[in-house]
Amino acid sequence: MSAVPAWVEAVTAALAVMGALGALIGAIGLLRLPTFFDRMHAPTLGSTGGAWLLALATALQQSFLREQLFVHALLIPIFISMTGPITTIFLVRAALFRSRRARVPGVPPSLTPGAPGEV
Amino acid sequence: MSTVLAWSLVFAQVCLVLALLLALVRLARGPAAQDRVAAFDSFYTSAMLLMLVLGLSYRSSTYFEGALLIALFGFVGSTAMAKFLLRGEVIE
Repeated sequence: MSAVPAWVEAVTAALAVMGALGALIGAIGLLRLPTFFDRMHAPTLGSTGGAWLLALATALQQSFLREQLFVHALLIPIFISMTGPITTIFLVRAALFRSRRARVPGVPPSLTPGAPGEV
Repeated sequence: MSTVLAWSLVFAQVCLVLALLLALVRLARGPAAQDRVAAFDSFYTSAMLLMLVLGLSYRSSTYFEGALLIALFGFVGSTAMAKFLLRGEVIE
């Protein structure tokens, strides 16, 4: 274990604070926005910005601690950037289907009426 | 570890715990099932970020593996729940 230079600690601290603040703002949006389709937008702040910034901070700190390049932590945001859209699309399609079924006002009608699974 | 980094990591931990609590409130309030699934998605993401911050403050790379596992199982869980909401079945 070697000592980490001061500027690396400062950059790590800045990245960690920004990432955590992004996640917090996303969670506030999840709680406060009025409709479900609005609320789906907010948590992505944490799963994109928060994950990238914190993984960068981890990679930076570990690289200087081990005195070699250590970028394994970047696997997490890369993995999330693949899986996040899949979850979101599944969930929003389910929510659209359920909202049309429940006759929630303001939900646009289906473009292909009569198709299987459409209401 | 310098004082600035230590206090920044404490601040980041407090922010992430607040994010966890807000997601938990949304999980409890609903109102629809899809809101709860979205809240769960936000919840496990915040827990994973908290693991990363813990790894930063203990200067250990073990926590990163735990965070990767949380991301993996959280994805499987919320995709299964979204699929269930769409069709009423997880595997058809």
